Amino acid sequence: MDALLKLDATELATQVATGAVTALAATQATLAHLAATEPKVGAYLSLDHAGALLAATQIDTARKAGKPLGPLAGVPVALKDNLHVQGSPTTCASRILKGFVAPYDATVTARLKAAGAVILGKTNLDEFAMGSSCENSALQQTRNPWDVSRVPGGSSGGSAACVAARSAFVSFGSDTGGSIRLPASFCGLVGYKPSYGRVSRYGLVAFASSLDQVGPFARSVRDVALALKVTAGLDPLDTTSSAQPVPDYPALLARDLKGKRVGVVREYLDKLPNRQVANLCQAAIARMQALGAQVVEIKLPHADFGVQVYYVVASAEASSNLARFDGVRYGLRVPADNGIRAYFSTRGEGFGPEVKRRIMLGTYALSAGHYDEYYGKAARVRTLICRDFDQAFAACDLIATPCAPFPAFKAGEKSDPLSMYLCDVYTIPASLAGLSALSLPVGFDAGGLPIGMHLSAPAFHDDKLLSAAHALEQDLHADQSLQLDRTPSL
Amino acid sequence: MDLTTVKQVAKLARLNLTEEEAARLAADMIRITEHIEQLGKVEVKGVEATIHPVATRNQWRPDQIAPSLPRETATGNAPESEQNFFKVPPVIE
Repeated sequence: MDALLKLDATELATQVATGAVTALAATQATLAHLAATEPKVGAYLSLDHAGALLAATQIDTARKAGKPLGPLAGVPVALKDNLHVQGSPTTCASRILKGFVAPYDATVTARLKAAGAVILGKTNLDEFAMGSSCENSALQQTRNPWDVSRVPGGSSGGSAACVAARSAFVSFGSDTGGSIRLPASFCGLVGYKPSYGRVSRYGLVAFASSLDQVGPFARSVRDVALALKVTAGLDPLDTTSSAQPVPDYPALLARDLKGKRVGVVREYLDKLPNRQVANLCQAAIARMQALGAQVVEIKLPHADFGVQVYYVVASAEASSNLARFDGVRYGLRVPADNGIRAYFSTRGEGFGPEVKRRIMLGTYALSAGHYDEYYGKAARVRTLICRDFDQAFAACDLIATPCAPFPAFKAGEKSDPLSMYLCDVYTIPASLAGLSALSLPVGFDAGGLPIGMHLSAPAFHDDKLLSAAHALEQDLHADQSLQLDRTPSL
Repeated sequence: MDLTTVKQVAKLARLNLTEEEAARLAADMIRITEHIEQLGKVEVKGVEATIHPVATRNQWRPDQIAPSLPRETATGNAPESEQNFFKVPPVIE
């Protein structure tokens, strides 16, 4: 593997800016590496070779002309295939969007381009971002670069797999209940779900609008901080984007955790069946203590109902958002002599089994006679979950829990939808409360599979969360025995 | 939750299901709704619903005329279009 590919995005951008490396060389090296790894990993659904090479050449020309470069100049980036890149397909890994070409850039895409990022292509996902293993893609199976017999996690599985395989320096995904954090945990990356409203969702195909957030995957916290800095902030095209100022996240990263209070839910660690996950998280929490943090025991009694609340709320919102796929304005249309029959058959043939399950569940939860029992109830329990966090954050600055109950599992292992839903037990509560949250690699299990720890902070404490994660990350990386600088052998 | 309910909900959701799919969905949804019904254990008397996670207001942009997608681009992905209109099979018989 080209030594260039071992750099993180921050270092690569610095080297491109000084002229030590050209954007073209970085892009060509990534494309060459990707050509070798993709047959095994299958992270990408589409690639734009010509566009990437052109963008890289333009960066190099601008540098030679002495023009100012953006903070991500020359950094090869991949985007989940539910984010629009003008002129490229957006499939959402669904048959119903076959042939769809995005007529405009998502705001995240536009901001990445403006920052000098080189867009390589679009990555695989569970269909419409509904799933936890990437196996619900109707188009392709993506494998975990650490063990290709295992899943990369989902739903942003392709975005995680490409960065882990060194086939992109940074990628973006979307996170509704854990869709960035879970695959980051499974693939040994930092995966960041910004506070709800921190990053514009314009140009993201909507799944559950009270939960969806766009966020980055990277190999280091400082890369995530950089990616967040260039993409966050108010967007006139997204009414849910926040007007709160965007701090200089990379400049705020700390080296220690003095004065920080870390909340720990004792039962999560004590009762976790997978002891290797629990022990690695426990060890990371002990390191935080050694770095000056104070560990505080907290309770999140209603978080135990997070999965149930999530599957009602997210499915209800999805059933409404996915009504737009009607075979009239874009994508698949199954021919019929009558428009209504075409509507039914297009959706029947276009959507895969999990998407149908969620639409059905959501429609049922919102239907007359069941609304109060399902949606109404779930929305009230959601309030109790939010209150639990309010109380917890009165006593601590951030919360540390496992990110997933287990490392990446074998492809095909979880055929039952309910057991798949339970993968997200630790990530869902933060989504329901709109918190900032991330997964940070804390080590490998005995089988060599990466393990992530989940850190969360109140909404719009993104800077404090990243800063604390950075301090812990530096300490973890200094410990050679953890081998966190390892790369998967493909 | 039973097969009849599944078929009724599929109609509301505008989804064609094969008999096999409907039977499978009924089995799945019985298990999933049973799991969700654990929410019955939670006391929510007097608790307001949370529809949105953070208490921010909508950010409206100024109501100004600005360039938008050209019509041919907006209709460019349509399965069928004519003179920049979306074309659909007859709906009223």
